[in-house]
Amino acid sequence: MRVQGGLPRWWFGLVGVTGVALILGVLHALWFAPTERTMGTVQRIFYYHVSSAWTAFVAFFINFLACLAYVKTRRPKWDAVAVSAAEVGVIFGTVNLITGPIWAKPVWGIWWTWDARLTSTLVMWLLYVSYLLLRQFAAEHPGQRVWAAAFGIFAFVDVPIVYLSIRLWRTQHPGPVIAGGEQSGIDPRMFLALHVCFAAFLLLFIVLFYWRYRLEQQRVELAELRARLQRLHIDRLA
Amino acid sequence: MSYWTVTRHIVVKDLRSEARTRELTNAMLFFALLVLVLFSFSFQPATDEERRLASGILWIAFLFAGVSMLDRSFWRERMNECLEALRLTPASASALFLGKCLANALFLLLAEAVLVPLFLVFFDLSFRGDVGIWLLVLVLGTWALVVNGTFFAAMTTNLRSRELLLPLLLLPISVPALIAVVEATAASLSGEGALRVWIQVLIAFDLIYTTLALLLFETVLEGT
Repeated sequence: MRVQGGLPRWWFGLVGVTGVALILGVLHALWFAPTERTMGTVQRIFYYHVSSAWTAFVAFFINFLACLAYVKTRRPKWDAVAVSAAEVGVIFGTVNLITGPIWAKPVWGIWWTWDARLTSTLVMWLLYVSYLLLRQFAAEHPGQRVWAAAFGIFAFVDVPIVYLSIRLWRTQHPGPVIAGGEQSGIDPRMFLALHVCFAAFLLLFIVLFYWRYRLEQQRVELAELRARLQRLHIDRLA
Repeated sequence: MSYWTVTRHIVVKDLRSEARTRELTNAMLFFALLVLVLFSFSFQPATDEERRLASGILWIAFLFAGVSMLDRSFWRERMNECLEALRLTPASASALFLGKCLANALFLLLAEAVLVPLFLVFFDLSFRGDVGIWLLVLVLGTWALVVNGTFFAAMTTNLRSRELLLPLLLLPISVPALIAVVEATAASLSGEGALRVWIQVLIAFDLIYTTLALLLFETVLEGT
């Protein structure tokens, strides 16, 4: 068996593209997009706030699909996909949860409120931190992968129920701005800036995800090699 | 043996071993009682807003008590390799799970039957709403905690830090059930509020997670 080498060439290319996209995102968010009338400059955090939330959702959805695939096929590959997506997703979720209060304080006058979207995003983030903790606590245990996959499925199914129940409980977050009917709508330049930022974040997600995925595969290969070496050693002693 | 016979035998086995040792119910009862007493030092509920808080305290006490009980429930099976023996029988994993779940739900309901009257006395509360409907809420809420708790307890029972890990998994998953059951209890206490909606949320939660747990339990047992 040969431990596969480093990252492929296309990945380095993607890093370059992502760098350019992130710079474009900054230009759009800070210069090209117009200043919002009532909120002023602070509203520009919106492009990062929303993009990171969407990217985290994408990551958790990938985690869910990979968990299902792992339960079905038991291929370690799917487990590696699941853990990579969850880890990177938690990072984007953290960015979202940090930028939220920074925006909320000057606009709403409060750092935090227990409204539907804030609370369900927080609970979702907690669920995936739990997922990562489970993996960590069960490391080296033969059940680790299948338990993590089961919890990943439980967690993802919980997200809409959490959202529904908290929405029934209370809500303060602004309604959907993009597709919320006739009253909603943003300047086309803002729309463009948001999508440039989202695209840049998605690229960044792919870069980080693939990097983490390779690391996980190499860890698995290393563990297998170690086990083989140990068996050889025992054979020689015997 | 049919599915239901297996389930019934598991429940009877758990009840019998509990009747002989009383280790789960005793500890759980005392623990939940302590939580209630400690909280009652913090404030005296009088207004409706405080009644809502009181129903939260009640369910937090049940939740903590439930976690400590659920953790023990599979730990006990590990002694004398009981879980191994159960898995060697041709019984299906989901029947085993359902049996454990029912037994755990019975234990928790038993503790709740003692704690609820004490809670009403300590916080000077009475039901202005329908008590019968609240009993349904109690059963649905208990099942919501127990079904996921039993599932995760089976997963974590072989790990060194199982006592820490079980609440870390169970608490975030239970958020919607906790909101629903606290709101439904507050509505029953005050006699107003959207009781029906919260019961619907609880029923949906219970159905979804019971199905998922029954489907995935066999998979999870492989790892133990």
